[in-house]
Amino acid sequence: MGLDLRIPLGLMFLSIGALMCGYGALTWHSPIYAQSLGQNINVLWGSVMLIFGGLMFFLGRRARWQEGSTDGTVGRPDTAVDASPRRH
Amino acid sequence: MSTHLGTIDWLIMAVYLVFVLGIGVALKRYMRTSNDFFLAGRSIPAWVCGLAFLSANLGAQEVIGMGASGAKYGLATSHFYWIGAVPAMVFVGIFMMPFYYGSKARSVPEYLRMRFDEKTRALNAVSFGIMTLFSSGISMYAMALLIQALGIFHGIVPDQYVFHVSVLISAVIVLAYIFLGGLTSAIYNEVLQFFLIVAGFLPLVYLGLRNIGGWHGLQTRLPETYMHSWRGMSHANTNPLGVEWFGLTMGLGFVLSFGYWCTDFLVVQRAMAADSEESARKVPLIAAIPKMVFPFLVILPGLIAVATPTVISHVNGASVTSSQGMIPVKMDPRTGAMQTDSKGQPVYNYDLAIPTLLLHYYPTGILGLGLTALLASFMSGMAGNVTAFNAVWTYDIYQSYLNKNATDAHYLKMGRWATVGGVILSVGAAYLVTGFNNIMDTLQLVFSLVNAPLFATFLLGMFWKRTTGHAAFAGLISGTTAALLHHGMTLPVGDAPGIHGAWLAHLHSYPSDMAQNFWTAIFAFSVNLIVTIVVSLLTKARPEEELVGLVYSLTPKPVEHHLPWYSRPMTLGIGVLAILLVLNLAFA
Repeated sequence: MGLDLRIPLGLMFLSIGALMCGYGALTWHSPIYAQSLGQNINVLWGSVMLIFGGLMFFLGRRARWQEGSTDGTVGRPDTAVDASPRRH
Repeated sequence: MSTHLGTIDWLIMAVYLVFVLGIGVALKRYMRTSNDFFLAGRSIPAWVCGLAFLSANLGAQEVIGMGASGAKYGLATSHFYWIGAVPAMVFVGIFMMPFYYGSKARSVPEYLRMRFDEKTRALNAVSFGIMTLFSSGISMYAMALLIQALGIFHGIVPDQYVFHVSVLISAVIVLAYIFLGGLTSAIYNEVLQFFLIVAGFLPLVYLGLRNIGGWHGLQTRLPETYMHSWRGMSHANTNPLGVEWFGLTMGLGFVLSFGYWCTDFLVVQRAMAADSEESARKVPLIAAIPKMVFPFLVILPGLIAVATPTVISHVNGASVTSSQGMIPVKMDPRTGAMQTDSKGQPVYNYDLAIPTLLLHYYPTGILGLGLTALLASFMSGMAGNVTAFNAVWTYDIYQSYLNKNATDAHYLKMGRWATVGGVILSVGAAYLVTGFNNIMDTLQLVFSLVNAPLFATFLLGMFWKRTTGHAAFAGLISGTTAALLHHGMTLPVGDAPGIHGAWLAHLHSYPSDMAQNFWTAIFAFSVNLIVTIVVSLLTKARPEEELVGLVYSLTPKPVEHHLPWYSRPMTLGIGVLAILLVLNLAFA
């Protein structure tokens, strides 16, 4: 199928990670973190998710760039119908 | 219980739902044939199929149920992941996938038709179709109950409508992304759900362990039997599971485990979607690796919940802590009073182990992530059943018996409508469960009775060319009958005759319902095996040339010499089994 799963996977984790980090930054000294043993778990874990999401997104885009440079159609829009059933 | 979610929690859930539906929308344009819709065009890479293979099985009943079992039985629960799954996954990958994939069968019942005959296919297709609908319905029901119990919609939806709204929302979302993108959409979302479950639960394990002093703290707070998976297995009465090692290894490790992982189309369908036979063989092996690690993600929270000191009252100025840590007591919904057993002891609601832990350790923000992970696990279970149902309905029932010569476009359209019908029937099943006491127990019993003998049929069919169609059918019927009779004549200690057994006569007692379940499976498998062999010898086998590609001895072995040694399925399988052995020794 023509949609590399790593791209939406990466974007989702980037989005959630950004939300958590942003909220964690806004609530840095909030007493809500007594629940998580005094650690700002939103910033901590949100950062991990940002890194993971970024890595997945990069791997997915890199595969597309490599496909595009191989067949001479660099920058082909993502909406193009994928004629080959085995490319990801 | 009422859970107040902040805006950020709802936003995180919304992000997840946008991606779930967005993937369906993005994939719609690639659904051009029935092969694209039902089998993802057989174009998915092994790692994606592998994670989907695992995630399709990771419904919330498994996640919640394993947490509950961890709280009740301790590390012995890991047997459901270690010996109860990994050996079967290695076997199906190395030995059975060449037949499932190489035969070009589009479903497991279709393989049975190719190998045996129509009646065997029909029996498996109908029983499997009914089971998947009920399984999906039970997932919906369990999710709606949990949402109700946690009070997530409290103040947003009137309490009396929460159950209905939860069922409706989950049905609409799953229907939407499968209707649009078929099996590919389901697989992609299952991989998303896998990573979400890891992301949602890993911090919980970290925080829980840190709070009680790490692994050493866990060991000092819990009984020793909780921390060992094989301790006391020489006898049923000396371990928390109530079953001895033979019943465990043969009943769970062999019959039930192989009967599920090697024959259930829900998981096999994910491997069949791989982009090559080589990939298809690796799919279960790839899935086995995180499967071995998952006990630390879903079972450990149950232990942590029991080990976390929880004050329940104060007597004469001193705090009284619960004997079961954070596990809440079951309350009578009518009177609000604490439920007690026949000895007057409180009855604990172990199913709430993980949700309680989530609410305890997760502040706003990550709470949204944890709850999204729970919802994701419910939906992956539902979607897996719906995609398996729509393929079996379209290919094995509709095309085979109702409309044999329609165009592929027609079958694609039928698949989409089967998705709608499947979801509607699942909703019906969810409401059926609400209307009858013990129906969930009844359905689980039915599933185990039907699944238990299956593996004998596949084992003989794939590895003994002499097995005949009449024998396979007779074996399945006999095995299921044997399972029924065994259940009807045995009873776990402490249970009353009825849904738990002895509804024919009480001839034998088992120390636990788990032991009864495992021994039912052993009897069902053994009877099926014997009957199938005997009837095969009395009936005419098919010519060998018709069985090429369907039977091990008549099929060229998969070629592996072109692969680097570390990439060969056999190498991966040996590696997985070696890690399994180390884990069992480390936590014995």
